Amino acid sequence: MRALLQPHRVVMLVLALALVVWCVLNLRWDWLPKYLPMIGQGIWRTIWILVVTTVLGMALAVPLGLAQAVGPWFLAAPARVFCTVIRGTPLLLQLWLLYFGLGSLFPQFPWIKDSSLWPYLRQAWPYAVLALTLSFAGYEGEVMRGAFKGVQRGQLEAARAMGMPRLTILRRIWLPQALHRALPTLGGEVVLQLKATPLVATITVVDIYSVASRVRQDTFIVYEPLLLLAVVYMAITGLLVLAFRWLEHRVPARVA
Amino acid sequence: MLGIIGATAAASTLDLLAWSPPGWGANLLRGLLNSILIATGAFWLGAAIGICGAYGKLYGGPVLRDLLAVYTTVVRAVPELVLILILYYAGTDAVNQMLVALGYERIQLSGLAAGIGVLGIVQGAYATEVLRGAILAVPAGQIEAARAMGMPPVLLARRITLPAMLSFALPGLANLWLVATKDTALLAVVGFAELTQETRQAAGATKAYFTFFMAAGVLYLAISLGSGLVFGRLEAWARRGQPGVGGASK
Repeated sequence: MRALLQPHRVVMLVLALALVVWCVLNLRWDWLPKYLPMIGQGIWRTIWILVVTTVLGMALAVPLGLAQAVGPWFLAAPARVFCTVIRGTPLLLQLWLLYFGLGSLFPQFPWIKDSSLWPYLRQAWPYAVLALTLSFAGYEGEVMRGAFKGVQRGQLEAARAMGMPRLTILRRIWLPQALHRALPTLGGEVVLQLKATPLVATITVVDIYSVASRVRQDTFIVYEPLLLLAVVYMAITGLLVLAFRWLEHRVPARVA
Repeated sequence: MLGIIGATAAASTLDLLAWSPPGWGANLLRGLLNSILIATGAFWLGAAIGICGAYGKLYGGPVLRDLLAVYTTVVRAVPELVLILILYYAGTDAVNQMLVALGYERIQLSGLAAGIGVLGIVQGAYATEVLRGAILAVPAGQIEAARAMGMPPVLLARRITLPAMLSFALPGLANLWLVATKDTALLAVVGFAELTQETRQAAGATKAYFTFFMAAGVLYLAISLGSGLVFGRLEAWARRGQPGVGGASK
Protein backbone atom coordinates (compact mmCIF):
# COMPACT_ATOMS: atom_id res chain seq x y z
CA MET A 1 0.00 0.00 0.00
CA ARG A 2 2.81 2.37 0.88
CA ALA A 3 4.39 1.69 -2.53
CA LEU A 4 1.26 3.12 -4.15
CA LEU A 5 1.35 6.32 -2.12
CA GLN A 6 4.54 7.73 -3.60
CA PRO A 7 3.71 11.12 -5.11
CA HIS A 8 4.44 10.20 -8.74
CA ARG A 9 2.37 7.03 -8.46
CA VAL A 10 -0.57 8.96 -7.02
CA VAL A 11 -0.42 11.29 -10.01
CA MET A 12 -0.19 8.35 -12.41
CA LEU A 13 -3.11 6.59 -10.73
CA VAL A 14 -5.21 9.73 -10.99
CA LEU A 15 -4.29 10.01 -14.67
CA ALA A 16 -5.15 6.34 -15.24
CA LEU A 17 -8.46 6.81 -13.44
CA ALA A 18 -9.19 9.85 -15.59
CA LEU A 19 -8.44 7.78 -18.68
CA VAL A 20 -10.85 5.07 -17.53
CA VAL A 21 -13.56 7.64 -16.77
CA TRP A 22 -13.00 9.23 -20.18
CA CYS A 23 -13.31 5.81 -21.83
CA VAL A 24 -16.51 5.05 -19.97
CA LEU A 25 -18.10 8.43 -20.75
CA ASN A 26 -16.89 9.17 -24.26
CA LEU A 27 -16.82 5.77 -25.95
CA ARG A 28 -19.89 3.90 -27.07
CA TRP A 29 -21.03 1.26 -24.63
CA ASP A 30 -24.75 1.16 -25.54
CA TRP A 31 -24.30 -2.29 -27.11
CA LEU A 32 -23.20 -3.74 -23.81
CA PRO A 33 -26.59 -4.66 -22.24
CA LYS A 34 -27.73 -6.46 -25.37
CA TYR A 35 -24.61 -8.61 -25.62
CA LEU A 36 -24.08 -9.14 -21.89
CA PRO A 37 -25.44 -12.73 -21.79
CA MET A 38 -23.25 -13.65 -24.78
CA ILE A 39 -20.22 -12.08 -23.14
CA GLY A 40 -20.85 -14.06 -19.98
CA GLN A 41 -21.10 -17.27 -21.96
CA GLY A 42 -17.95 -16.40 -23.90
CA ILE A 43 -15.95 -15.80 -20.72
CA TRP A 44 -17.29 -19.05 -19.28
CA ARG A 45 -16.27 -20.97 -22.40
CA THR A 46 -12.79 -19.43 -22.46
CA ILE A 47 -12.23 -20.43 -18.83
CA TRP A 48 -13.70 -23.87 -19.47
CA ILE A 49 -11.36 -24.50 -22.39
CA LEU A 50 -8.41 -23.18 -20.38
CA VAL A 51 -9.12 -25.44 -17.40
CA VAL A 52 -9.88 -28.58 -19.42
CA THR A 53 -6.84 -28.25 -21.70
CA THR A 54 -4.39 -27.43 -18.90
CA VAL A 55 -5.58 -30.37 -16.78
CA LEU A 56 -5.53 -32.84 -19.68
CA GLY A 57 -2.28 -31.39 -21.00
CA MET A 58 -0.64 -31.71 -17.61
CA ALA A 59 -1.80 -35.34 -17.39
CA LEU A 60 0.00 -35.95 -20.69
CA ALA A 61 3.02 -33.86 -19.78
CA VAL A 62 3.95 -35.94 -16.73
CA PRO A 63 4.55 -39.18 -18.69
CA LEU A 64 6.19 -37.15 -21.48
CA GLY A 65 8.56 -35.55 -18.99
CA LEU A 66 9.25 -38.87 -17.26
CA ALA A 67 9.95 -40.60 -20.56
CA GLN A 68 12.43 -37.89 -21.56
CA ALA A 69 14.10 -37.71 -18.17
CA VAL A 70 14.62 -41.37 -17.33
CA GLY A 71 12.84 -43.44 -19.99
CA PRO A 72 14.54 -46.00 -22.23
CA TRP A 73 15.42 -44.70 -25.68
CA PHE A 74 12.30 -46.14 -27.39
CA LEU A 75 10.14 -44.00 -25.08
CA ALA A 76 12.47 -41.01 -24.80
CA ALA A 77 12.96 -40.54 -28.54
CA PRO A 78 9.26 -40.32 -29.52
CA ALA A 79 8.57 -38.05 -26.55
CA ARG A 80 11.38 -35.74 -27.61
CA VAL A 81 10.19 -35.71 -31.23
CA PHE A 82 6.64 -34.91 -30.08
CA CYS A 83 7.81 -32.00 -27.93
CA THR A 84 10.07 -30.67 -30.69
CA VAL A 85 7.35 -30.79 -33.33
CA ILE A 86 4.75 -29.17 -31.06
CA ARG A 87 7.15 -26.45 -29.95
CA GLY A 88 8.52 -25.89 -33.45
CA THR A 89 5.26 -25.16 -35.26
CA PRO A 90 2.65 -22.45 -34.66
CA LEU A 91 -0.39 -23.47 -32.65
CA LEU A 92 -2.66 -21.90 -35.25
CA LEU A 93 -1.26 -24.30 -37.85
CA GLN A 94 -1.75 -27.31 -35.55
CA LEU A 95 -5.28 -26.22 -34.82
CA TRP A 96 -6.14 -25.83 -38.51
CA LEU A 97 -4.42 -29.11 -39.38
CA LEU A 98 -6.59 -30.95 -36.87
CA TYR A 99 -9.83 -29.11 -37.61
CA PHE A 100 -9.68 -28.87 -41.39
CA GLY A 101 -7.50 -31.94 -41.94
CA LEU A 102 -9.16 -34.44 -39.63
CA GLY A 103 -12.50 -32.76 -40.19
CA SER A 104 -12.24 -33.41 -43.94
CA LEU A 105 -10.89 -36.92 -43.41
CA PHE A 106 -13.42 -38.33 -40.96
CA PRO A 107 -16.51 -38.20 -43.18
CA GLN A 108 -14.72 -40.50 -45.66
CA PHE A 109 -14.89 -43.40 -43.21
CA PRO A 110 -18.41 -44.84 -42.85
CA TRP A 111 -17.68 -46.48 -39.49
CA ILE A 112 -16.76 -43.13 -37.99
CA LYS A 113 -19.87 -41.53 -39.43
CA ASP A 114 -22.03 -44.29 -37.96
CA SER A 115 -20.38 -44.28 -34.55
CA SER A 116 -21.98 -42.61 -31.58
CA LEU A 117 -19.07 -40.15 -31.39
CA TRP A 118 -20.02 -38.56 -34.73
CA PRO A 119 -22.33 -35.84 -33.31
CA TYR A 120 -19.36 -34.60 -31.28
CA LEU A 121 -16.83 -34.93 -34.09
CA ARG A 122 -18.98 -32.69 -36.25
CA GLN A 123 -18.60 -29.84 -33.79
CA ALA A 124 -15.55 -27.62 -33.51
CA TRP A 125 -14.78 -27.76 -29.80
CA PRO A 126 -13.32 -31.30 -29.65
CA TYR A 127 -10.66 -30.23 -32.16
CA ALA A 128 -9.99 -27.05 -30.19
CA VAL A 129 -9.60 -29.01 -26.96
CA LEU A 130 -7.40 -31.62 -28.66
CA ALA A 131 -5.09 -29.06 -30.28
CA LEU A 132 -4.71 -26.94 -27.14
CA THR A 133 -4.19 -30.05 -24.99
CA LEU A 134 -1.46 -31.41 -27.24
CA SER A 135 0.20 -28.01 -27.40
CA PHE A 136 0.19 -27.61 -23.61
CA ALA A 137 1.48 -31.17 -23.22
CA GLY A 138 4.34 -30.48 -25.64
CA TYR A 139 5.55 -27.38 -23.82
CA GLU A 140 5.01 -28.79 -20.35
CA GLY A 141 6.64 -32.12 -21.24
CA GLU A 142 9.83 -30.15 -21.67
CA VAL A 143 9.30 -28.28 -18.40
CA MET A 144 8.56 -31.51 -16.50
CA ARG A 145 11.66 -33.16 -17.97
CA GLY A 146 13.79 -30.52 -16.31
CA ALA A 147 11.75 -30.68 -13.13
CA PHE A 148 12.01 -34.48 -12.82
CA LYS A 149 15.75 -34.30 -13.44
CA GLY A 150 16.12 -31.54 -10.88
CA VAL A 151 14.81 -33.56 -7.94
CA GLN A 152 17.74 -34.49 -5.73
CA ARG A 153 19.04 -38.01 -6.18
CA GLY A 154 19.31 -38.56 -2.44
CA GLN A 155 15.56 -38.17 -2.03
CA LEU A 156 14.85 -40.95 -4.51
CA GLU A 157 17.64 -43.14 -3.16
CA ALA A 158 16.32 -42.75 0.37
CA ALA A 159 12.82 -43.74 -0.75
CA ARG A 160 14.21 -46.73 -2.59
CA ALA A 161 16.31 -47.72 0.40
CA MET A 162 13.15 -47.74 2.53
CA GLY A 163 11.74 -50.30 0.11
CA MET A 164 9.09 -48.04 -1.37
CA PRO A 165 7.52 -49.44 -4.55
CA ARG A 166 8.32 -47.43 -7.68
CA LEU A 167 4.82 -46.08 -8.23
CA THR A 168 4.62 -44.93 -4.63
CA ILE A 169 7.96 -43.17 -5.02
CA LEU A 170 6.61 -41.37 -8.04
CA ARG A 171 3.37 -40.45 -6.30
CA ARG A 172 4.76 -39.47 -2.90
CA ILE A 173 8.28 -38.20 -3.51
CA TRP A 174 9.20 -37.58 -7.10
CA LEU A 175 6.10 -35.97 -8.62
CA PRO A 176 5.32 -33.61 -5.70
CA GLN A 177 8.87 -32.31 -5.60
CA ALA A 178 9.08 -31.96 -9.36
CA LEU A 179 5.75 -30.09 -9.45
CA HIS A 180 6.89 -27.84 -6.65
CA ARG A 181 10.04 -26.99 -8.59
CA ALA A 182 8.12 -26.37 -11.79
CA LEU A 183 5.32 -24.34 -10.18
CA PRO A 184 6.63 -20.83 -11.04
CA THR A 185 7.23 -21.90 -14.65
CA LEU A 186 3.85 -23.61 -14.83
CA GLY A 187 2.15 -20.42 -13.64
CA GLY A 188 3.66 -18.53 -16.56
CA GLU A 189 2.77 -21.33 -18.96
CA VAL A 190 -0.89 -21.33 -17.88
CA VAL A 191 -1.02 -17.60 -18.64
CA LEU A 192 0.48 -18.37 -22.07
CA GLN A 193 -2.18 -21.03 -22.53
CA LEU A 194 -4.87 -18.48 -21.69
CA LYS A 195 -3.39 -16.22 -24.35
CA ALA A 196 -3.57 -19.08 -26.84
CA THR A 197 -7.29 -19.72 -26.29
CA PRO A 198 -8.59 -16.95 -28.60
CA LEU A 199 -7.17 -18.94 -31.52
CA VAL A 200 -10.10 -21.34 -31.18
CA ALA A 201 -12.34 -18.54 -32.45
CA THR A 202 -10.81 -19.15 -35.90
CA ILE A 203 -12.48 -22.57 -35.99
CA THR A 204 -15.90 -21.25 -34.94
CA VAL A 205 -15.75 -22.00 -31.21
CA VAL A 206 -17.61 -19.15 -29.52
CA ASP A 207 -15.28 -17.92 -26.80
CA ILE A 208 -15.04 -14.36 -25.47
CA TYR A 209 -12.79 -13.32 -28.34
CA SER A 210 -15.29 -14.49 -30.89
CA VAL A 211 -18.11 -12.67 -29.07
CA ALA A 212 -16.09 -9.46 -29.34
CA SER A 213 -15.53 -10.04 -33.07
CA ARG A 214 -19.26 -10.61 -33.46
CA VAL A 215 -20.03 -7.29 -31.75
CA ARG A 216 -17.53 -5.62 -34.06
CA GLN A 217 -19.18 -7.08 -37.13
CA ASP A 218 -22.75 -6.39 -35.98
CA THR A 219 -22.32 -2.82 -34.82
CA PHE A 220 -19.22 -1.58 -36.68
CA ILE A 221 -17.80 -0.45 -33.34
CA VAL A 222 -14.07 -1.18 -33.49
CA TYR A 223 -12.27 -0.14 -30.33
CA GLU A 224 -14.75 -0.70 -27.51
CA PRO A 225 -15.13 -4.49 -27.87
CA LEU A 226 -11.36 -4.85 -28.21
CA LEU A 227 -10.81 -2.76 -25.08
CA LEU A 228 -13.32 -4.89 -23.20
CA LEU A 229 -11.53 -7.98 -24.46
CA ALA A 230 -8.15 -6.72 -23.26
CA VAL A 231 -9.62 -5.92 -19.84
CA VAL A 232 -11.22 -9.36 -19.56
CA TYR A 233 -7.98 -11.14 -20.41
CA MET A 234 -6.00 -8.95 -18.02
CA ALA A 235 -8.48 -9.74 -15.26
CA ILE A 236 -8.23 -13.49 -15.87
CA THR A 237 -4.42 -13.23 -16.03
CA GLY A 238 -4.43 -11.34 -12.74
CA LEU A 239 -6.56 -14.04 -11.11
CA LEU A 240 -4.27 -16.78 -12.45
CA VAL A 241 -1.16 -15.01 -11.16
CA LEU A 242 -2.76 -14.59 -7.73
CA ALA A 243 -3.89 -18.23 -7.66
CA PHE A 244 -0.42 -19.50 -8.48
CA ARG A 245 1.17 -17.16 -5.94
CA TRP A 246 -1.18 -18.61 -3.33
CA LEU A 247 -0.31 -22.15 -4.42
CA GLU A 248 3.41 -21.42 -4.22
CA HIS A 249 3.05 -20.01 -0.72
CA ARG A 250 1.13 -23.06 0.45
CA VAL A 251 4.20 -25.22 -0.07
CA PRO A 252 6.87 -24.19 2.40
CA ALA A 253 10.23 -23.70 0.74
CA ARG A 254 13.57 -23.43 2.48
CA VAL A 255 15.59 -20.68 0.93
CA ALA A 256 19.27 -21.34 1.50
CA MET B 1 -2.10 -43.43 -36.29
CA LEU B 2 -2.51 -39.81 -37.28
CA GLY B 3 0.72 -39.93 -39.19
CA ILE B 4 -0.30 -43.01 -41.15
CA ILE B 5 -3.62 -41.50 -42.18
CA GLY B 6 -1.84 -38.28 -43.03
CA ALA B 7 0.80 -40.07 -45.04
CA THR B 8 -1.69 -42.06 -47.10
CA ALA B 9 -3.77 -38.96 -47.73
CA ALA B 10 -0.68 -36.98 -48.58
CA ALA B 11 0.88 -39.48 -50.97
CA SER B 12 -1.82 -38.98 -53.59
CA THR B 13 -1.72 -35.19 -53.44
CA LEU B 14 2.02 -34.67 -53.16
CA ASP B 15 2.37 -33.23 -56.66
CA LEU B 16 0.17 -30.32 -55.54
CA LEU B 17 3.31 -29.04 -53.84
CA ALA B 18 5.08 -28.60 -57.20
CA TRP B 19 6.58 -25.23 -57.98
CA SER B 20 4.65 -24.28 -61.12
CA PRO B 21 0.93 -23.31 -61.21
CA PRO B 22 -0.99 -26.56 -60.89
CA GLY B 23 1.13 -26.98 -57.79
CA TRP B 24 1.15 -24.43 -54.96
CA GLY B 25 4.84 -24.65 -54.02
CA ALA B 26 5.66 -21.12 -55.17
CA ASN B 27 2.81 -19.68 -53.07
CA LEU B 28 3.97 -21.52 -49.97
CA LEU B 29 7.55 -20.36 -50.39
CA ARG B 30 6.39 -16.79 -50.97
CA GLY B 31 4.44 -17.06 -47.73
CA LEU B 32 7.50 -18.46 -46.01
CA LEU B 33 9.58 -15.53 -47.24
CA ASN B 34 6.98 -13.08 -45.91
CA SER B 35 6.93 -14.88 -42.58
CA ILE B 36 10.71 -14.74 -42.27
CA LEU B 37 10.76 -11.05 -43.28
CA ILE B 38 8.18 -10.16 -40.65
CA ALA B 39 9.82 -12.28 -37.98
CA THR B 40 13.23 -10.74 -38.69
CA GLY B 41 11.87 -7.21 -38.70
CA ALA B 42 9.84 -7.78 -35.56
CA PHE B 43 12.78 -9.41 -33.79
CA TRP B 44 15.13 -6.49 -34.46
CA LEU B 45 12.47 -3.90 -33.62
CA GLY B 46 11.77 -5.84 -30.44
CA ALA B 47 15.47 -6.01 -29.59
CA ALA B 48 15.81 -2.23 -30.12
CA ILE B 49 12.76 -1.56 -27.91
CA GLY B 50 14.12 -4.10 -25.45
CA ILE B 51 17.51 -2.37 -25.12
CA CYS B 52 15.86 1.01 -24.57
CA GLY B 53 13.32 -0.55 -22.19
CA ALA B 54 15.94 -2.41 -20.20
CA TYR B 55 18.09 0.71 -19.79
CA GLY B 56 14.98 2.67 -18.88
CA LYS B 57 13.95 0.14 -16.27
CA LEU B 58 17.44 -0.05 -14.77
CA TYR B 59 18.61 3.55 -14.90
CA GLY B 60 15.46 5.59 -15.63
CA GLY B 61 13.56 7.80 -13.22
CA PRO B 62 10.61 6.53 -11.18
CA VAL B 63 7.96 7.65 -13.67
CA LEU B 64 9.70 6.07 -16.66
CA ARG B 65 10.21 2.87 -14.69
CA ASP B 66 6.53 2.64 -13.77
CA LEU B 67 5.45 3.37 -17.33
CA LEU B 68 7.71 0.60 -18.63
CA ALA B 69 6.34 -1.75 -15.98
CA VAL B 70 2.82 -0.99 -17.23
CA TYR B 71 3.94 -1.62 -20.83
CA THR B 72 5.55 -4.99 -20.13
CA THR B 73 2.74 -6.13 -17.83
CA VAL B 74 -0.10 -5.20 -20.17
CA VAL B 75 1.55 -6.65 -23.28
CA ARG B 76 2.35 -9.88 -21.49
CA ALA B 77 -1.16 -10.23 -20.06
CA VAL B 78 -3.20 -9.63 -23.22
CA PRO B 79 -3.28 -12.28 -25.98
CA GLU B 80 -1.14 -11.44 -29.03
CA LEU B 81 -4.17 -11.87 -31.25
CA VAL B 82 -6.07 -9.12 -29.41
CA LEU B 83 -3.00 -6.87 -29.34
CA ILE B 84 -2.52 -7.37 -33.06
CA LEU B 85 -6.10 -6.29 -33.74
CA ILE B 86 -5.93 -3.30 -31.37
CA LEU B 87 -2.54 -2.11 -32.63
CA TYR B 88 -3.46 -2.80 -36.23
CA TYR B 89 -6.61 -0.66 -36.14
CA ALA B 90 -5.28 1.93 -33.71
CA GLY B 91 -1.93 2.10 -35.52
CA THR B 92 -3.50 2.62 -38.94
CA ASP B 93 -5.87 5.19 -37.45
CA ALA B 94 -3.08 7.08 -35.69
CA VAL B 95 -0.85 7.17 -38.77
CA ASN B 96 -3.72 8.41 -40.91
CA GLN B 97 -4.80 11.07 -38.43
CA MET B 98 -1.22 12.29 -38.23
CA LEU B 99 -0.97 12.37 -42.03
CA VAL B 100 -4.27 14.23 -42.36
CA ALA B 101 -3.21 16.72 -39.69
CA LEU B 102 0.01 17.33 -41.61
CA GLY B 103 -1.95 17.81 -44.81
CA TYR B 104 -1.19 14.53 -46.59
CA GLU B 105 -3.49 11.91 -48.10
CA ARG B 106 -4.73 8.95 -46.06
CA ILE B 107 -2.78 5.78 -46.77
CA GLN B 108 -3.45 2.09 -46.38
CA LEU B 109 -0.74 0.75 -44.10
CA SER B 110 0.99 -2.19 -45.80
CA GLY B 111 0.49 -5.54 -44.13
CA LEU B 112 4.24 -6.03 -43.88
CA ALA B 113 4.86 -2.74 -42.05
CA ALA B 114 1.88 -3.20 -39.76
CA GLY B 115 2.89 -6.78 -38.98
CA ILE B 116 6.46 -5.83 -38.16
CA GLY B 117 5.30 -2.91 -36.03
CA VAL B 118 2.73 -4.89 -34.08
CA LEU B 119 4.85 -7.97 -33.45
CA GLY B 120 7.85 -5.73 -32.69
CA ILE B 121 5.94 -3.99 -29.90
CA VAL B 122 4.91 -7.38 -28.49
CA GLN B 123 8.47 -8.70 -28.76
CA GLY B 124 9.80 -5.51 -27.18
CA ALA B 125 7.98 -6.22 -23.94
CA TYR B 126 9.51 -9.67 -23.60
CA ALA B 127 12.93 -8.48 -24.81
CA THR B 128 12.90 -5.74 -22.16
CA GLU B 129 12.70 -8.37 -19.43
CA VAL B 130 15.28 -10.65 -21.05
CA LEU B 131 17.82 -7.85 -21.57
CA ARG B 132 17.21 -6.34 -18.13
CA GLY B 133 18.09 -9.66 -16.55
CA ALA B 134 21.14 -10.02 -18.80
CA ILE B 135 22.44 -6.54 -17.97
CA LEU B 136 21.99 -7.27 -14.27
CA ALA B 137 24.08 -10.42 -14.72
CA VAL B 138 27.11 -8.44 -15.94
CA PRO B 139 29.56 -8.18 -13.01
CA ALA B 140 29.07 -4.70 -11.56
CA GLY B 141 32.83 -4.25 -11.16
CA GLN B 142 33.34 -4.18 -14.92
CA ILE B 143 30.83 -1.37 -15.41
CA GLU B 144 32.18 0.53 -12.41
CA ALA B 145 35.74 0.14 -13.72
CA ALA B 146 34.73 1.56 -17.11
CA ARG B 147 32.95 4.43 -15.40
CA ALA B 148 35.98 5.09 -13.22
CA MET B 149 38.10 5.35 -16.37
CA GLY B 150 35.80 8.16 -17.47
CA MET B 151 34.09 6.28 -20.29
CA PRO B 152 31.00 8.14 -21.58
CA PRO B 153 27.72 6.19 -21.13
CA VAL B 154 27.12 5.35 -24.80
CA LEU B 155 30.67 4.10 -25.31
CA LEU B 156 30.36 2.12 -22.08
CA ALA B 157 27.18 0.45 -23.33
CA ARG B 158 28.74 -0.33 -26.70
CA ARG B 159 32.11 -1.59 -25.49
CA ILE B 160 31.39 -3.14 -22.08
CA THR B 161 27.76 -3.72 -21.09
CA LEU B 162 26.24 -4.93 -24.33
CA PRO B 163 29.04 -7.36 -25.34
CA ALA B 164 29.33 -8.69 -21.80
CA MET B 165 25.60 -9.27 -21.40
CA LEU B 166 25.26 -10.97 -24.81
CA SER B 167 26.07 -14.45 -23.55
CA PHE B 168 23.42 -14.12 -20.81
CA ALA B 169 20.83 -12.68 -23.18
CA LEU B 170 21.24 -15.06 -26.10
CA PRO B 171 19.23 -18.03 -24.73
CA GLY B 172 16.31 -15.71 -23.99
CA LEU B 173 16.67 -13.95 -27.35
CA ALA B 174 16.76 -17.31 -29.15
CA ASN B 175 13.49 -18.18 -27.48
CA LEU B 176 12.04 -14.82 -28.52
CA TRP B 177 13.11 -15.38 -32.13
CA LEU B 178 11.26 -18.72 -32.15
CA VAL B 179 8.21 -17.02 -30.65
CA ALA B 180 8.47 -14.35 -33.37
CA THR B 181 8.52 -16.91 -36.18
CA LYS B 182 5.49 -18.66 -34.72
CA ASP B 183 3.62 -15.45 -33.95
CA THR B 184 3.76 -14.44 -37.59
CA ALA B 185 1.09 -17.13 -38.09
CA LEU B 186 -1.31 -14.94 -36.10
CA LEU B 187 -1.20 -12.35 -38.88
CA ALA B 188 -3.14 -14.88 -40.94
CA VAL B 189 -6.16 -13.88 -38.87
CA VAL B 190 -5.91 -10.27 -40.14
CA GLY B 191 -5.59 -11.70 -43.65
CA PHE B 192 -1.91 -11.06 -44.27
CA ALA B 193 -0.43 -13.48 -46.81
CA GLU B 194 2.21 -15.17 -44.69
CA LEU B 195 2.88 -18.90 -44.65
CA THR B 196 -0.15 -20.06 -42.65
CA GLN B 197 -2.57 -17.93 -44.64
CA GLU B 198 -1.11 -19.06 -47.99
CA THR B 199 -1.30 -22.64 -46.76
CA ARG B 200 -4.92 -22.25 -45.79
CA GLN B 201 -5.77 -20.79 -49.17
CA ALA B 202 -3.97 -23.54 -51.01
CA ALA B 203 -5.57 -26.19 -48.82
CA GLY B 204 -9.01 -24.67 -49.21
CA ALA B 205 -8.69 -24.51 -52.98
CA THR B 206 -7.47 -28.08 -53.41
CA LYS B 207 -9.14 -29.74 -50.39
CA ALA B 208 -5.79 -31.42 -49.69
CA TYR B 209 -5.70 -30.13 -46.10
CA PHE B 210 -3.28 -32.67 -44.71
CA THR B 211 -0.70 -32.25 -47.44
CA PHE B 212 -0.49 -28.50 -47.18
CA PHE B 213 -0.67 -28.13 -43.42
CA MET B 214 1.96 -30.85 -43.03
CA ALA B 215 4.17 -29.15 -45.61
CA ALA B 216 3.84 -25.82 -43.80
CA GLY B 217 4.57 -27.60 -40.53
CA VAL B 218 7.77 -28.99 -42.01
CA LEU B 219 8.78 -25.51 -43.17
CA TYR B 220 8.16 -24.00 -39.72
CA LEU B 221 10.00 -26.89 -38.09
CA ALA B 222 12.94 -26.36 -40.45
CA ILE B 223 13.10 -22.70 -39.38
CA SER B 224 13.03 -23.70 -35.69
CA LEU B 225 15.68 -26.40 -35.98
CA GLY B 226 17.86 -24.27 -38.27
CA SER B 227 17.74 -21.27 -35.96
CA GLY B 228 18.45 -23.58 -33.02
CA LEU B 229 21.75 -24.51 -34.66
CA VAL B 230 22.59 -20.89 -35.50
CA PHE B 231 21.83 -19.68 -32.00
CA GLY B 232 23.88 -22.53 -30.52
CA ARG B 233 26.87 -21.35 -32.55
CA LEU B 234 26.23 -17.72 -31.61
CA GLU B 235 26.05 -18.61 -27.95
CA ALA B 236 29.32 -20.51 -28.10
CA TRP B 237 30.85 -17.47 -29.82
CA ALA B 238 29.46 -15.01 -27.28
CA ARG B 239 30.72 -17.16 -24.44
CA ARG B 240 34.24 -17.48 -25.80
CA GLY B 241 36.84 -16.90 -23.14
CA GLN B 242 34.38 -17.46 -20.31
CA PRO B 243 34.88 -20.38 -17.95
CA GLY B 244 32.43 -23.20 -18.71
CA VAL B 245 29.57 -23.98 -16.37
CA GLY B 246 30.23 -26.84 -13.96
CA GLY B 247 33.91 -27.13 -14.84
CA ALA B 248 33.40 -28.77 -18.23
CA SER B 249 34.68 -26.40 -20.89
CA LYS B 250 32.90 -26.67 -24.21
